[in-house]
Amino acid sequence: MVERVLIEGSEAICRGAIHAGCTGFFGYPITPQNEIPEFMSREFPRLGRVFVQSESEAGSIYMVYGGALAGERVMTSTSSPGFSLMQEGISFISEAEVPAVVVEVTRMGPGIGTTQQGQTDYRQVTKGGGHGAYRCIVLAPYSPQECFDFVQLAFHLADKYRIVALVLADFIICHMTEPVELKPLYSDEVLPEKDWALKGKDKKNGKRTGNVGAMFRYGGPVEVHQHLSQKYQNITDSELRYQTYKTEDAELLLVAYGSSGRAARGAVNMARSEGLKVGLFRPITLWPFPEEALRQTACQVGEVLVVEDSPGELVEDVKYAVLGNVPVHLLGIWGRHTPKVGGALGGASGLIYPEKILQEVKSLI
Amino acid sequence: MKEDSITKEKVYGKPKLRTAIPLMHCPGCHYGIIVRLICEVIEELGIEGKAIGLAGVGCSFPWPMYIDVDLTSCPHGRAPAMATAIKRLHPEAIVFTCQGDGDLGAIGLGCFMNSLLRGEKLTTIFLNNAVYGTTGGQMAPTTLLEMRTTTTPYGRDTKTTGFPFHASELAATMKGIVYSARCAVNSPANFQRAKKALTIAFQKQIDGIGYGFVEFLSACPPNWGLTPIDSLKFISEKMITEYPLGEFKNVESI
Repeated sequence: MVERVLIEGSEAICRGAIHAGCTGFFGYPITPQNEIPEFMSREFPRLGRVFVQSESEAGSIYMVYGGALAGERVMTSTSSPGFSLMQEGISFISEAEVPAVVVEVTRMGPGIGTTQQGQTDYRQVTKGGGHGAYRCIVLAPYSPQECFDFVQLAFHLADKYRIVALVLADFIICHMTEPVELKPLYSDEVLPEKDWALKGKDKKNGKRTGNVGAMFRYGGPVEVHQHLSQKYQNITDSELRYQTYKTEDAELLLVAYGSSGRAARGAVNMARSEGLKVGLFRPITLWPFPEEALRQTACQVGEVLVVEDSPGELVEDVKYAVLGNVPVHLLGIWGRHTPKVGGALGGASGLIYPEKILQEVKSLI
Repeated sequence: MKEDSITKEKVYGKPKLRTAIPLMHCPGCHYGIIVRLICEVIEELGIEGKAIGLAGVGCSFPWPMYIDVDLTSCPHGRAPAMATAIKRLHPEAIVFTCQGDGDLGAIGLGCFMNSLLRGEKLTTIFLNNAVYGTTGGQMAPTTLLEMRTTTTPYGRDTKTTGFPFHASELAATMKGIVYSARCAVNSPANFQRAKKALTIAFQKQIDGIGYGFVEFLSACPPNWGLTPIDSLKFISEKMITEYPLGEFKNVESI
């Protein structure tokens, strides 16, 4: 029988990593994801796995790079400013094509921003914040269950394609408490052997690994990018994930991911109880972006409202996907409910409530 | 004397671990000598099967092609962080980093110091040639006072660029390190001393005692604007004056 526990998203992320056979966690404290390294520092030594608190997020990502090169399943977690610091490392890992998992629990930016809710890293996370035209798979959970599942999926996809897989959570998803089924996933699938790993020649029948970068591996810049583009195309062809909710007869299509996706789902239910025909399209892989599926759904519905806790980043991909075929509206950060108590600090928190989305829906339908 | 009456005995040759790929270093550069020295030490310690090396950005970047052990190049200054993860995940491996003075002393100083603070069990080979070699001879943390480089065209001036970086002495002050030494390979005698130092540093890791650090003063004739012969003189007269050779720490336990 599958164990069922009541835990928050951060713990679901950690348990997902343990189930996936992650043997090394490298992290640096940053709010709002401290629960993840704290949990790992307690559990990993008990399990005989490696936990290291690094000196910075740059340190974390290079430890991840080293661990990945050593052929182990390794990960780090961080939040927005820390994720910015990791971009150089992610670019290098993408060049080396070693599998790694990074969990990004976003907060509000830019700069130090706030330590609380925000979805202002969409562009950075999905388009690649570092140099060199690389891609990372991006999975966006909207519940603790999906946190648990997607971390396992991230390890699986990272190994399958030798790529960086990002799990993009946010403050709310990381701290939302719900029942989670601890079901191990993908454990029986055969993955490519890591015969390229640095382990010492003795462990590889005398075979040596000498890594001096992709240009040497493939014979030049054109060959490198041909190879990577082909790999990214394969991923786009095979790994698109999204969820539609009550879209069959809908007259307005909400598009949202992460915590905004969760609020939008609530708004759909509220609208439906009032007889309003509203549906939800929730991209799960933010890269590869489910462009074609979104275009078809949007064209069938006829009108789109994007909901995101940001001045508008996802909306760019949505507009690109629908190619001007249907009107696209945005309910962005200005739609937040912001507590007025506590002055500027009180205003640091806030989120887009389902009620606000419903209000916006009514103004459009 | 007839040919067949001569007895030939091979007393010195190419180390077994030196690959067939020719070195791409400049004429008179000491990196080739140091590559050879690393090969000899790893071979003599019998650790080639479990050695994992990390070469930083700089003129050691192509070293994964030269030494027949598991080796990877690294982003600038980050080798100690990567080595940390590899050693923690494979404690039986012998993990070493090869880093230049810009790599370890400038961009990667924090990364290096933090690996010492954590008391990692690694071996670091630090290559001090007083300039950024690969990029064409700019000022490094180790550039000597009054030395002209492409970014100190009037000579290194303490008022604007501070003072030369003494890595071996600094490392020796850290609790988490068990061996720190500075060497040179400008003479056969110094080569032998350097070989002994690197052997000790690796042995400390093999025995599980702790971090070993060996600094090599190394010639960079093209960027110094000197001939290879004059570069040897520069090392013995100028470099060693600023950077004295010797052991700065050698303890049996922490």
